[in-house]
Amino acid sequence: MDILSKIKQAGLVGRGGADFPVVKKWSAVAKALADKDAGERKCYVICNSAEGEPGVAKDGYILEHFADKVIDGMKIAIDFLSAEKGFIYLNYSYNKKLNKKLTALLKNSKIEIFIKPINAGYIGGEESAILNAIEGKKIEPRLKPPFPTTAGLWGCPTLINNVETFYNVSLATANQYANKRFYTITGDCPNEGVYELQDNLTIEKLLNQTKNYPKFIFFAQVGGNASGEVLNSSQLKRPVSGAGSIVVYSLTKNNFKKVIKNWLDFFINESCGQCAPCREGIYRLNEIFMKEKIDWALFNNLLDNLSDTSFCALGGSATIPIKSFMKNVYPQIYKKE
Amino acid sequence: MKKVKIKINNQEIICSSEQTIMQVAHDNGIELPNLCFHPDFSVKANCRICVVEIAGRKNLATSCSTKAEDGMEIRTDTERVKRSRNLNIELIFAEHIEKCPSCIWRVNCKLLELADKYKIEITKFSNRKAKREIYKFANAVEIDGTQCMDCRNCLEACNNLQKINYLKLRGKGINQEVVPVSEESGFSFMQKKADKVDCIYCGQCAVHCPVGAAQEQAHWQLVEKVLRDKSKVIVAQFAPSIRVSIGEEFGLEHGKIMPGQVVTALRQLGFNYVFDVNFGADITTMVEAEELLKKIKSGSCLPMLTSCCPAWVKYIEFYRPDLIPNLTTVRSPQMHIAGFIKTYWAEKMKIEPKKIVVVSVMPCTAKKFEAGRSELKIGGNLPVDYVITTRELAWLIKKNKIDFSKLKPAAADNPLCASSGAAAIYGATGGVMESALRTAEYLLMTAQDSVCVGVKDKNKLKLCNSRIEFKQVRGKHGIKQALVEMAGKKLRIAVVNGIGNIAPILKQLKDYDYIEVMACPDGCIGGGGQPIPTTAAIRKKRLEALYKIDAKSKIRRAHENKEAAEALKWIERKGRLKNQVLYTRYKKRK
Repeated sequence: MDILSKIKQAGLVGRGGADFPVVKKWSAVAKALADKDAGERKCYVICNSAEGEPGVAKDGYILEHFADKVIDGMKIAIDFLSAEKGFIYLNYSYNKKLNKKLTALLKNSKIEIFIKPINAGYIGGEESAILNAIEGKKIEPRLKPPFPTTAGLWGCPTLINNVETFYNVSLATANQYANKRFYTITGDCPNEGVYELQDNLTIEKLLNQTKNYPKFIFFAQVGGNASGEVLNSSQLKRPVSGAGSIVVYSLTKNNFKKVIKNWLDFFINESCGQCAPCREGIYRLNEIFMKEKIDWALFNNLLDNLSDTSFCALGGSATIPIKSFMKNVYPQIYKKE
Repeated sequence: MKKVKIKINNQEIICSSEQTIMQVAHDNGIELPNLCFHPDFSVKANCRICVVEIAGRKNLATSCSTKAEDGMEIRTDTERVKRSRNLNIELIFAEHIEKCPSCIWRVNCKLLELADKYKIEITKFSNRKAKREIYKFANAVEIDGTQCMDCRNCLEACNNLQKINYLKLRGKGINQEVVPVSEESGFSFMQKKADKVDCIYCGQCAVHCPVGAAQEQAHWQLVEKVLRDKSKVIVAQFAPSIRVSIGEEFGLEHGKIMPGQVVTALRQLGFNYVFDVNFGADITTMVEAEELLKKIKSGSCLPMLTSCCPAWVKYIEFYRPDLIPNLTTVRSPQMHIAGFIKTYWAEKMKIEPKKIVVVSVMPCTAKKFEAGRSELKIGGNLPVDYVITTRELAWLIKKNKIDFSKLKPAAADNPLCASSGAAAIYGATGGVMESALRTAEYLLMTAQDSVCVGVKDKNKLKLCNSRIEFKQVRGKHGIKQALVEMAGKKLRIAVVNGIGNIAPILKQLKDYDYIEVMACPDGCIGGGGQPIPTTAAIRKKRLEALYKIDAKSKIRRAHENKEAAEALKWIERKGRLKNQVLYTRYKKRK
């Protein structure tokens, strides 16, 4: 069975958080290459190890424990596409920790480490921003289309997958993929950490299995501490989404204004500044939110505008925690009071 | 190209799949607002005010960046579209509003126009950039951070169009700011050892800025002040390309030819005399043609480089001082005519030169810098006292409530008013070259060194059938090259249309005898001081207008301009003054 069929059979999806079918991405790059003239069939493979989403630590964990498998997955991709070169786009602090080990593993390969610049921030993990970083341009998303699969690094078709995705590719190729994924659990819970478990666990089951289910009133943010969706304790019978993280908040311990302010601060700092709704909009959301009397109508309009018109996914994701918090948790606070 | 069928607001439209929704909407009479979009640049889609709703899509889409797809159903007028469009304009307004109460560009402010059209509350959000820096580049151009809306057109203009790379984006998010590279801070170890970069004052940032954050350093206030000074003789002179662009400022069609209205407007503004720089252009052509032939004869310092464009001169002085000897020492048309005004004309009129104030109306921001060059002084006196742009003149006309479109055309003042068709095309890329060639060929055929010396062999004059049109140097191409045979001599020429195209020519200078360079795209008609918007399509109209003036002119070669030849003969007898009026020198700049 060829590699694409194996990936398809395993049902691999992108583990960066978007759950995009891996086979589709690989096929898109292969097709883009085939569409080029024979002399211009250059392409690249990038392993996204930026892991800029707070509360997600699984890529670092995988690189620490299974780097050989990740690199194997990249090599499979490079062979499949006859790529020029591969890059591990590596989180700055992971590089500090793992550089020696990775360098040894990469000896005599087509793969090199590209250290994610220290100032690249959250947006530095967005796939077209990665292309800009490697090309030495301003680190911010590019206009799409064209997508990286057709015009990526230096205009060549480029395959960008997450660390965990390449890990899974390696397993699937060796027929070892067992429908597992990595979860990161943090927050007000006793057993914080990264877990490798079945990939279809509900949030509730995951918290129970890891002995983290709180005994107090709480809410959880799923899929990233910045851009994840916020759910109350009655909404946990759904699978863990996004990059597979859960953060538990005690409802009594966490002041609602502070929680929202944290998100706003995070996204003000991390907005690249390219588009008006994100650059200006988040700044104004914060301004409105810090006023004694909050203009909720304008606040909500700005949120809707942000998800409706921002240049890249960051703008949209910035609205998720706030909107879901207001919908799922805020009414509980009011009830309590 | 594929034909597709789409619907906009339920109207069925057949269009090309290569077209964006914005283009299709525009072609069908539906105007979508835009700020960051400029046809000269690739789509950036960062202002997000041109959004539309496409059936089946989760988010709104920017019409500037989304291509038409078969079966697309687009709405431009839903509540959702209106909410986002208005909010984004309001957000942008809060970045820009700082100077609103006193801003002169409010007469044609794109943001105010949008606010009016969509009934937008411009002060919905508080002014955010009040404390931003204003960066001034010599006395020519400035970038006012308090008005910038982060569209990045100035960066496109400076870095991609002109390839000067003087402007940079510093910081990110709400802190991002357009700054000159000299302001760039950061860890030294992170910076590549960059080549030194400096502004050439071309003003392409200004003419591409939708909100007047990048703009000329305004001098119209000084001109207003001096116009009230009754002890002075106030003289205006206007450049070849003004006459075909200024009408646009008053809603007239692109490329309308209006020299007579410019003269009348300037007189109504209070100028005592109005001269046409086209006269100066004929002087420049004659002196330049002479110098060209001299250089070719001696074979030294070739290729000869034109020097009419002050941004190009600054480029050479800063980036390639080794080529200073190649620049023609001939002054530019604005300097030639101003020099004659303050000597020749002053003598005729019996006016003390120091009492004359010359105000140039130029399509150019770099001309402001040129006017201040101390090496141009004549008897301690600068020939040009003030330079205002086409836009500044238009503002003065509007401010004084002069109805420009209804003005009765008038002729410029004598005796510096005659001009040839060759002068008119100075405003076009290739125009200086073509004008010089017309006269150079004449000189070669009649075996003269100078237009001032009468033709000795009358037979030669009879036989002289020098060409008028050199079409090889015309057109919008970035680089135009030709081998021109003139009186048995072969001349290798090149025309660089826009400084962004200079690199390949600088690499093979040895292949040429004569090179014209204009820093702005398509020449002065695309200059940094020209009306906004200036786009490739608009520049084309202005170019066509200049060539029309040339084609209709009674005389088409500079040396046929008797008044100019007479002025040259006058200066010929003046010894040192001749050098002061006709020639200049350059210096290396760091």
